[in-house]
Amino acid sequence: MSTATLDAPTQDDAVQSFTVTFIIRRFDPEVDDEPRWQDFDVEMFATDRVLDALHKIKWEQDGSLTFRRSCAHGICGSDAMRINGRNRLACKTLIKDLDISKPIYVEAIKGLPLEKDLVVDMEPFFESYREVQPFLIARSEPGAGKERVQSVADRARFDDTTKCILCAACTSSCPVFWTDGQYFGPAAIVNAHRFIFDSRDDAAKVRLDILNDKEGVWRCRTTFNCTEACPRGIQITQAIAEVKQAVMRGKP
Amino acid sequence: MSVKTAGGSPTAPTTSKRISGTLYRGREGMWSWVLHRITGVAIFFFLLVHILDTALVRVSPEAYNAVIGTYQTPIMGVGEVALVAAIVFHAFNGLRIILIDFWSKGSRYQKVMFYVVIGLWVVTMVGFVPRHLINVFSH
Ligand code: SF4
Ligand code: FES
Repeated sequence: MSTATLDAPTQDDAVQSFTVTFIIRRFDPEVDDEPRWQDFDVEMFATDRVLDALHKIKWEQDGSLTFRRSCAHGICGSDAMRINGRNRLACKTLIKDLDISKPIYVEAIKGLPLEKDLVVDMEPFFESYREVQPFLIARSEPGAGKERVQSVADRARFDDTTKCILCAACTSSCPVFWTDGQYFGPAAIVNAHRFIFDSRDDAAKVRLDILNDKEGVWRCRTTFNCTEACPRGIQITQAIAEVKQAVMRGKP
Repeated sequence: MSVKTAGGSPTAPTTSKRISGTLYRGREGMWSWVLHRITGVAIFFFLLVHILDTALVRVSPEAYNAVIGTYQTPIMGVGEVALVAAIVFHAFNGLRIILIDFWSKGSRYQKVMFYVVIGLWVVTMVGFVPRHLINVFSH
C-alpha cells in the first residue's frame, strides 16, 4: 500500500524557475590588487533568496566564493551585503522582490576594510559597539523577588532598539561613516539607546557623555539611510534624535 | 611549493581599504542631504566672495564701484537665480532638519516634509525668477 507522502510529488509545471544573472564583486587579497566584478547565471525560483543563489554558486559553480552566513533566517546578522546598491540581508531578500530582467549586483558592505569577496573586517564596528557599554549597569540591589520589576510602559520605551542583530547594515549605509570611520555609527547609538532609556539602568549619564563626543550623535546628518537599511525595521534615525535630545537635557 | 602566495607584489596588503563599488542607492533622506551639502558649500563660497568685495570699500570706493559694476551683467543675473535657488532650498530643508531633530514625529514625516520642501521651493522660484529676469534684461 503506497502512502501518499512517500510518492514523489508530481512535478507541478506551475512552479516556474528563472535564470537570474548575478554580478558579484570579488576580491581575493592573495591574487587581486583591486576588486573585480564577475557574473554568474543561476537557476532560481521566485521564492528563493539571494542567499540561496550565493549557495548555488558556491556549491555548483565556484567554490572559492566567500561570504558569511549562519542562521539563514535573519537572526544572526552575518550576511549584510549591498544588493543592487542597498544594504540588505541576503537571507531576507527574495528573488521575487528584485527586478530579474536586469542583473543583480552583489557586493560587500561599504566603509569597513574588505577582507575577501563579500567578507569585511567587522572589528571597527564592534569596537564602537563595545565603547557605548551595551550592558546593564545597575547601582542598586534587585527587589525582594530578586527581579528588577519594570512597568509595561517603561519596557515599551526602548522596545524598538532591543531588536538589533548587529548586522552592520545601518552603519555601513551611512555616508558620514564612509568618510569618517571614527564616527560611532547608528548601530552603536541604537544599542546605547536601548540602555539609556531602560528604567533599570543607572549609567545613562555615562553613555550620554560618551555619545556627546565630537564623533558621537552630533555626526548624524539625518540621511535616513540607516532606517531604510535596517532588516529589523528599527526606526534608527528616530532613536538617534531621541539620544540627541537626551544629551541636551543631560538625562534620558 | 606554494610559489603563488610568496610571489605577490612586495607590499601586498592583506585587505583592500578601497571603498568603492556601485553608487549607494539612498532615498529622499540621502538626496536631500546631498543637496543640502552642495547648496551649503555654494553659499559659503558666495559669502566669502561677497565679504571680500564688500571689504574693498575700505581699500578704495572706486575699486569697490568698479567690481560691483561688473556684477550688472546678464550672466551675473542668471548666477543670482542659481544663488537664490540654493539659498531657498537650504533654508527650507534646514527647517525640515530642525523638525526632524526637535519634533517627536519629525522622522516619521521626513519624506512628506522633503516633498513639501520641494513644493515650497518651486513656488518661491516661480514667484521670483520671472520678476528677477525681467529686471535683469530690461535695462
Ligand atoms: S540597528 Fe538594524 S541595521 Fe543596524 S546593526 Fe542593528 S539590526 Fe542591523
Ligand atoms: S544568515 Fe543569519 S541573518 Fe542572514
